[in-house]
Amino acid sequence: MGTVAAHGLRKSFGKVQALDGVTLDVPDGSFFVVLGPSGAGKTTTLRAIAGLDKLDAGSVHLDGRDATDDTPAARDLAMVFQSYALYPRHTVYENIASPLRARRCSSGEIATAVEQMSSLLHIERLLQRRPAQLSGGEMQRVALARALVRRPRAFLMDEPLTNLDLKLRVEMRTELTRIHRSLGATFVYVTNDQVEALSMADQVAVLKEGKVQQVGTPTEVYERPANQWVAGFVGSPPISLLACHTEGDRLVGAAGWTLPRPRWTTAEDGRELLLGLRAEDLSVEQRGNASLSGELYGLEPLGDRTVVDVRVGTEILKVKARPTVTGTPGERLLVTVDLDRAHLFDAGTGLSLSEAGR
Amino acid sequence: MAVSVDEAVSTGPTRDHTPPARRLGGRGRSVLEVALLTVLAVVMLFPVLWMIETSIKENRDVYAIPAKFFDFKITLEHYKDVFVDPDGGRSALSVAFLNSVVVAGVSTVLATVLGVPAAWAYSRFAVKAKKDQLFFILSTRFMPPVVVVVPIFLMYRQVGLIDNKLGLILIYTAFNVPFTIWMMKGFVDEVPAEYEDAAMLDGYTRLQAFRLFTLPLLVPGIAATAVFALIFSWNEFVFATFLTSSDDVRTAPPAIAGLIGGTTTDWGLVAAASVVFALPVLVFAYLVRKHLIAGVTLGAVRR
Repeated sequence: MGTVAAHGLRKSFGKVQALDGVTLDVPDGSFFVVLGPSGAGKTTTLRAIAGLDKLDAGSVHLDGRDATDDTPAARDLAMVFQSYALYPRHTVYENIASPLRARRCSSGEIATAVEQMSSLLHIERLLQRRPAQLSGGEMQRVALARALVRRPRAFLMDEPLTNLDLKLRVEMRTELTRIHRSLGATFVYVTNDQVEALSMADQVAVLKEGKVQQVGTPTEVYERPANQWVAGFVGSPPISLLACHTEGDRLVGAAGWTLPRPRWTTAEDGRELLLGLRAEDLSVEQRGNASLSGELYGLEPLGDRTVVDVRVGTEILKVKARPTVTGTPGERLLVTVDLDRAHLFDAGTGLSLSEAGR
Repeated sequence: MAVSVDEAVSTGPTRDHTPPARRLGGRGRSVLEVALLTVLAVVMLFPVLWMIETSIKENRDVYAIPAKFFDFKITLEHYKDVFVDPDGGRSALSVAFLNSVVVAGVSTVLATVLGVPAAWAYSRFAVKAKKDQLFFILSTRFMPPVVVVVPIFLMYRQVGLIDNKLGLILIYTAFNVPFTIWMMKGFVDEVPAEYEDAAMLDGYTRLQAFRLFTLPLLVPGIAATAVFALIFSWNEFVFATFLTSSDDVRTAPPAIAGLIGGTTTDWGLVAAASVVFALPVLVFAYLVRKHLIAGVTLGAVRR
């Protein structure tokens, strides 16, 4: 068992409201990612679950039992810190053994467990070193080993890959997913990297300014963002947003363009809207019935693809194209739009209007 | 003609390469430096040298006019007098030294035991009006201790702490605790709180996390702080003079001062007692010098 439920978490630091009613339900055995920009309250949420910070309001339930007032030790959780927080005067062996020592395991048990964990994470040859003698990637593995050496209710991870270089980060992503699958344990994983969230998570909670914006599978969050902000935060290159409104069976842009009104929208005429278009749902190469005319603004070759910036009125559309695409800035272009995959948001509230009709 | 050549040689190239403040040049500057430092060293160290000399001179040479710098007979008689009474048995001075050891030692230990956890608490926890409290603690150090001698004397008389070692221990502790809190808070701030967070998640209690993971990292800071507290208690004169009177309770500073005056002053004994008094602090500071340096540079070497 290992369910984590946080309800209505509120916490302020002075005048800053770090958590403003955060509610999360983490099912047993899931890889649950809390995603948000820095300052969104991700780490505060994790520390609240761990019992390291006192909450202003809200409750934390572990395995269905109220643990709001429990000490961190009593909660039976393990955590990997962003800074790793390895004990500087202890050897790697002692660092990994620490959770077992705290729980008074015999030295035989400890030796077996540390050995097992160090071979799983390929750090056997580091056991007698001290943290200062390790590289960033090695410290990260030791921190992970210290968490994994026990079988707690759930594992909490606070941006564990942020301080690694890109290559190592990609490697560890795969490795963490593999470890999660082999343990079948509950992971609550905090990150500001949407690629990590989309590639590793079973469930993603998107956090902004201490409020949960959306909870869902990576596909749901990407394909059906609950609001304009989530749509903009998740996805690279970011979604393009165009101001517009409906007029009968047409969608009229503030910049003067018109598109057929998407069948699924129920927005009344005259309401200020934002049309959200992902780069892969736009094309400068194919021809279709719905298209926007603009001029080439810039090309961003990324190796496997090229992102074409097209200026429509005063707004820029980011279009994914084949790497072979060429053009000169200022050249007129027609951008074909896949309206079935487009998003509409209320310009005032930012909320998605796409769900109702689909 | 000769002057202009000299000027051309000396000012031409040097002006290009050396900043104006160093115009004197390497040789001239170091000579001046050495001369000034020598004067300073003589002024500072002569009394110490004279004290050491006097402590090993025979009384005849101590009072000799003109004073004898080199050709005197060495004797350890004065040192014997510091510890042994003329009638045999323990001297009053040796009792005073023992009292100093007890009073300074116990008050330093007390100040450390009380101050270190307090510093930890001020560093780690959200305390109400923390800044005001810390300022209040610091403000007790603004005041010269002499100012409160009379009220303390009156209070101590009421509770029977006059001429009592416990009285001195308490007052020295009271003066050292604020100092310890302030100095130690700086050291605790340097140790990341995440070590304790990690330890608590490992399954330790908050106090265990402090004792097992943070405290060992604070040892250099504690050593440095304790040396300063010890030096204060060891050297303290005003309270010791006012609050104690009998030989059984008096600490070394007023006891040594008490040797001066009367009909004659045994300068050899005063000098020997002063040397003995100065030694422990020197030795202690020497023993913990590694920690003292580590303590001062803690912020620079972290992680």
